[in-house]
Amino acid sequence: MIAEIGLAALWLAAALAVLQMVSGAFALRAAEGEVNPLAIYARPAAVVQAVLAVLAFIMLLWAFAITDLSIKLVASNSHSMKPMLFKLTGTWGNHEGSMLLWVGVLALSGGLLAGFEKRLPARTMGATLAVQGFVALGFYAFLLLSSNPFERLPVPAAEGTGLNPLLQDIGLAIHPPTLYAGYVGLSVAFSLAMGALLTNQVNPSFARVLRPWVLGAWVLLTFGITAGSYWAYYELGWGGWWFWDPVENASLMPWLAATALMHSVSVLAARDALRTWTIMLGVLAFSMSMLGTFLVRSGVLTSVHAFAVDPERGAFILGLLLLYIGGAFTIFALRAGAVSEGKRFAVTSREGALVFNNVMLSAILAIVLLGTLYPLLTEAFDVRVSVGPPYFNPAGAIFAVPMFLVMAVGPLLRWKEDKPKRLQFELMLIAALVIGTIALVSFFGQFPLLPLLGLGLAAALAVAAFLPLKGRKLSRVPVATWGMVLAHFGVAVSLFGMACEGAFSQERLAAVAPGGTEQVGDFSFTLESVTPVAGPNWTAIEARLAISKDGGEPVILAPQARNFWSPPMATSESALLTRWDGQLYAVVGNQAEDGRWQIRVWWKPFVTFIWYGGLLIALGGILAIAGRVKVDVKRRVASAKGAERRADIEALGAAAPVPAE
Amino acid sequence: MIRAAIALLLTLCALPALAQDSMPPAPFAYNQLDDPRLEAEATALMHTLRCLKCQSQSIADSDAPMAGDMRHQVRSRILAGESPDEIRRWLIARYGDYVSYEPEVSATTWPLFAGPLLLLLVVAGVLLRRLGKRRNDGGEAA
Amino acid sequence: MRSRLFLWVPLALFAFFAGVAGYMLTQEKDEFVESAMIGQPLPDFALAPAYGGLPGTSKADFTGGKPRLLNIWASWCLPCIAEAPQLEALKAQGVEIVGIAIRDRPEAVAGFLARHGNPYARIGSDPISEVQLAVGSSGVPETFVIDAQGVIRYQHIGDIRPEHVPVLLAELEKAR
Repeated sequence: MIAEIGLAALWLAAALAVLQMVSGAFALRAAEGEVNPLAIYARPAAVVQAVLAVLAFIMLLWAFAITDLSIKLVASNSHSMKPMLFKLTGTWGNHEGSMLLWVGVLALSGGLLAGFEKRLPARTMGATLAVQGFVALGFYAFLLLSSNPFERLPVPAAEGTGLNPLLQDIGLAIHPPTLYAGYVGLSVAFSLAMGALLTNQVNPSFARVLRPWVLGAWVLLTFGITAGSYWAYYELGWGGWWFWDPVENASLMPWLAATALMHSVSVLAARDALRTWTIMLGVLAFSMSMLGTFLVRSGVLTSVHAFAVDPERGAFILGLLLLYIGGAFTIFALRAGAVSEGKRFAVTSREGALVFNNVMLSAILAIVLLGTLYPLLTEAFDVRVSVGPPYFNPAGAIFAVPMFLVMAVGPLLRWKEDKPKRLQFELMLIAALVIGTIALVSFFGQFPLLPLLGLGLAAALAVAAFLPLKGRKLSRVPVATWGMVLAHFGVAVSLFGMACEGAFSQERLAAVAPGGTEQVGDFSFTLESVTPVAGPNWTAIEARLAISKDGGEPVILAPQARNFWSPPMATSESALLTRWDGQLYAVVGNQAEDGRWQIRVWWKPFVTFIWYGGLLIALGGILAIAGRVKVDVKRRVASAKGAERRADIEALGAAAPVPAE
Repeated sequence: MIRAAIALLLTLCALPALAQDSMPPAPFAYNQLDDPRLEAEATALMHTLRCLKCQSQSIADSDAPMAGDMRHQVRSRILAGESPDEIRRWLIARYGDYVSYEPEVSATTWPLFAGPLLLLLVVAGVLLRRLGKRRNDGGEAA
Repeated sequence: MRSRLFLWVPLALFAFFAGVAGYMLTQEKDEFVESAMIGQPLPDFALAPAYGGLPGTSKADFTGGKPRLLNIWASWCLPCIAEAPQLEALKAQGVEIVGIAIRDRPEAVAGFLARHGNPYARIGSDPISEVQLAVGSSGVPETFVIDAQGVIRYQHIGDIRPEHVPVLLAELEKAR
């Protein structure tokens, strides 16, 4: 029954998406100030649809929880012996389940938009909901026609085939759902942008409606990427935290676009400038999340034949991409000319800095896009090339370095126009910090250029992030400003971590006999013993390493080499010693014929700052949302009070003449 | 899911549990060179060479036996006095550009480098248009 | 007034991408990395015997007389079992097959040959994939056609199926 309820809910939700789309479109046919009688169904359709899609997802979750082996998806991705947590997370550890999660979040955010957003004009809201319904419909069709998660087996399986052990990890519980929610949040931004473009309502009040969705999506993407990076770092066993793999790039590109969008929305909201650019970014951000989905699931790129190496599904997603993105860019080309440019500003102004960095972010996005898609392009001509870190790092840095410098100064500038002279002290301070840090570090040794630049910029940014607070009464600084300060500081922290990891990491690979001692950096490690251990669905050998710094009290680390039996696969479980100033990363490998064990140990100074920084950035985003919502609520309460007063006065005014008659 | 995809991919490298040799790894597959300067050179090079069996990892990040054998080649050649560039060219002569993550300017890869250059020009153009004109207009407006 | 054409650029770029992506979807995806050594002479190498039964091999074995097959294989490789009958068929046609056993042990090689037949004239042992890397091979099994001058003429990636036998025979003929 579970599967049937889920499937029925999905079909119903799809039908409601049609209703939402058609009804929303009717809003466009209403005259100014009137409501088309057919347009009133869009909002309820979106809300009910949200309930149904979430219900469908809960049904699948349930099927995984009880390991219903009559469902094909459960049988091929789960196992009755798996720990409960990983049974549940296994729901979205596969193509169909993750698409259902995607659709569930899409419907949920559509429902929230329809249920709570009352500020937009009816026509714009109708157009937005129509677009949202149209997008949702495509994904329902994709699920129902080519990736049905509720498909039954003719004969229930006796036992499931299990889930890839690398995915049986808490990282999988957090990372994909947050990324999806982020992608989907961008779909709302996309619908809003299209709605505003179609009804020619690209103005500050539209920007204020758009902002929380962009911020929310951006926070989730930031968090998802941070979590994913840390997960890859400890799970893959070689200490790398970013590989410029096409799949990683697929998650980075929407983030870059969303970062640019978030800043340009702020300019639109505050200054009514950058109208066309904001719409363009709104379309671009969602395009990037759709593109990521396409790359990951179609198998066109060599490295991503992970999910559905199914050309049919690839073709379906490409079709959706053509429909939505091609359609959106066409409408953009046709309508954007009608959107006026908005307010003007000087080069040396807050807007000027924001525009500069918007362009830099877009340039970095273009580099990542080019590097990711280029192998695909050459493969069409039967030439195979690889594009990796030696390309992305320097090419990205060309644009990232000026961006970080402007980022340090930008928040100090005034809106509209400012004189650089006013900021003489701050500019000198920032320049001194960059140059001073680089000179100081270079004094102690030879380091690669990029980490060196990173350290200098990180030092300057960390200080500059707090400069906007200078001379202000801290208790009166708006919450949203604190959010910006925190997020910018987070960028500095993250950059510092990356630069330190790049410049100062130390590595020790060695074959160690039990009792043997090796050295990495200031640490010595002794292999005390190697013993077999067993878990619920794996067996492993576990090494006990006694680590001590400068001969101090030893700490025990126990990395494992695990063998899972369903499906059969070997993984290495790294063991981490986290200190405030870095992490010691230990992995145990195979035993050599002479009885010694392969041990890999890294000392990575301040590597954790990469992810602390990511969390700070996300936290800054949350503060910004909270601040904006607080202001909005205040404004709404105030205007409601005002309206009440007006109504009272009117009532009095209307009442007064009566007796006089 | 992004990361999950990578993980699945790694499975493809790690999966041949059924068809795995039992031979010990090559001497320099998991052992460093004694000279830290040479080891640093080797490590930097290994991070830019593609593991041919796993498709999306460098040989410095892979447990695949062939990646180990490639690391051995890199380290032993560095030890024998070859430069990282020579080793990269040696591998490219055998596997084509595919083996190197560091694209070199060639008939097939020039757009990768022309792209950023073109982009720099476009970016400069856009900035000059959007900012430069604004200054004049802004000045008049103010 | 700025040009409206500018607004069509995103659509044009997207259309280009969609075209390439659509084309790639229709293409058969091959995961093989081809050797760039086709047309190049074999590199210098000398390998010890892989087991007691047959001599080892070196570059000198590939010069003079006739084209030969260089078969890169291993006893631990499952597709190598599948291609064993085809190697036998090629041997029956008078083809000289030189084997290189990758990361293998003598007793395992002997066991494999006893079970699945021995089509080889010589087998060298390559415990660290040295020669495999030198000829640009990225997996097992792979088969190279080497002409009488010791130049690599053709590469077959993956196991040899029955339909590949005539192809290899034709390539050997071409290399004569």
